[in-house]
Amino acid sequence: MSDIPNIRFRPATEENPATRWALIGAAFLGLSVLVFAPLIAVFAEALADGVGASLKSLASPDARDAIRLTLTIAAISVPLNAAFGIAAAWLITKFDFRGKAFLITLIDLPFSVSPVVAGLCIVLMFGTNSLVGGWLVAQGYPIVFAMPGIILATMFVTFPFAARELIPVMIEQGRAEEEAALTLGASGWRTFWTVTLPNIRWALLYGVLLCNARAMGEFGAVAVVSGKIRGQTATMPTTIEMLYQEYLSVAAFSLAAVLALLALVTLLLKTALEIHHADQLAASHRA
Amino acid sequence: MGKPLIHRSPMPGLGLSMGVTLTMLSLVVLLPIGALLLKGAHYGAAGIWETVNRERVWAALFLSFRLSLFAAAFNLIFGVLLAWVLVRYRFPGRRILDAAVDLPFALPTAVAGISLTALYAPNGAFGQLAAEVGWKIAYTQWGIFIALVFVGLPFVTRTVQPVIEEIEREVEEASATLGATRLHTLRHVILPMLTPAALTGFALALARAVGEYGSVIFIAGNIPLVTEIAPLLIIIQLEEFNYDAAAAIGIAMLLISFAMLLVINLIQVWSRRRIGYV
Repeated sequence: MSDIPNIRFRPATEENPATRWALIGAAFLGLSVLVFAPLIAVFAEALADGVGASLKSLASPDARDAIRLTLTIAAISVPLNAAFGIAAAWLITKFDFRGKAFLITLIDLPFSVSPVVAGLCIVLMFGTNSLVGGWLVAQGYPIVFAMPGIILATMFVTFPFAARELIPVMIEQGRAEEEAALTLGASGWRTFWTVTLPNIRWALLYGVLLCNARAMGEFGAVAVVSGKIRGQTATMPTTIEMLYQEYLSVAAFSLAAVLALLALVTLLLKTALEIHHADQLAASHRA
Repeated sequence: MGKPLIHRSPMPGLGLSMGVTLTMLSLVVLLPIGALLLKGAHYGAAGIWETVNRERVWAALFLSFRLSLFAAAFNLIFGVLLAWVLVRYRFPGRRILDAAVDLPFALPTAVAGISLTALYAPNGAFGQLAAEVGWKIAYTQWGIFIALVFVGLPFVTRTVQPVIEEIEREVEEASATLGATRLHTLRHVILPMLTPAALTGFALALARAVGEYGSVIFIAGNIPLVTEIAPLLIIIQLEEFNYDAAAAIGIAMLLISFAMLLVINLIQVWSRRRIGYV
């Protein structure tokens, strides 16, 4: 019966190949235009006058000050965000109390507030014209147009990052392991360091990674509170804006390329975490 | 006999974790937002209305919300398509596409802003192509739309992806056995299951787009009444030290975004109930 042609049946739960390839093509086309093209453009513009010109602009005092400030701000705000995330996740997953859903809503609130409005809130709270801000300035601790204001603005916009990663993971893991450790006589801190932290470390790293990317790149909120004083309160993103508006294209895009590289490294690490530690990340992230 | 405020628990660290959580939440988020609302209360409803009820402010608010809605709608459709392709199909480069979806989260908005401007400006790679057919993108509302699509891109895909993964093939097989065409199955079986997650992603993309500043201001051109977005108006008022007006516009933006999120939440509740899918 070898004259029966070799027919390949398509499962009823699949689209026909033409549709499938059209959809895949649309996905590639859309992401090429929307994501890959801007990414390539950053590097192309940065290297428009050659590698030398690009590196030279990065070595300028303004660029170096901006890089130093951005690193300092991330080094302060990201650990604080992680500490808050651990405390909030512990509170929410280890205890039962009224108003828990409301608390979670409040923690998520910064994601639905415009960064510019966030900056405005901090200016109104701590600016020289406000009660608190005026008093702090009189004591010699200005917040707005100074480093503390930038840190507060950065913390506002990144507020939910670590907590949002940790809460689902800690709910999934339950309380049994901690209860066992406590019954065996471990202290609270020992239970946290030896039982809880090893269970949540990858989820914490995941949250910290995303938080760091946002902290280093935040522009709207920081633009409002920083005053953009060169060498003092100009972060990398605000320096990019100033250089761009002075038509120093290569300098602006060189600094932008540094941030784009950071974004690529972030994505790389994030993907690696998703591949190797999928089971220890929040349920919504898959390999 | 009501429920106790806090259930007794053998877990340690209640005081510490609650102290840290509430202190930081208050200091970083609640007190500053309170300061904005207080400023608004001090300024009075009449004052806020007077500030907001001007042609330039209405134009900016309308522009911000309208283009955000369009961008979120585009992302809703493209995001569901992308999620479907990434979960259901196997093809070379899938992992790269999957990782690329998150780039708008990782790339700073100012970087996205200048690079989109470089691409779509009349002398840029895409801008030149568009100019040949007489289409101006950068420094028009099209430019703002593209920037908002960029920043909202990951939301729908990331909320819908896990739902598609959990759909059981049996449901689709049952539908096919009963004689439904593939299109009919997609339309009447799959799509309703994706709706709540897709709407969540839509709401997140919308909220993000409404407040977006960094990626928009470079490409927008910022012409009053035409391409001036609401967050920029706040910055302009602040630069003139006009804190009352800045607060008034800020409060208006907060109220409109919360109202939109509320409406979307209601739609979500309604669609869950109607479809009977949790």
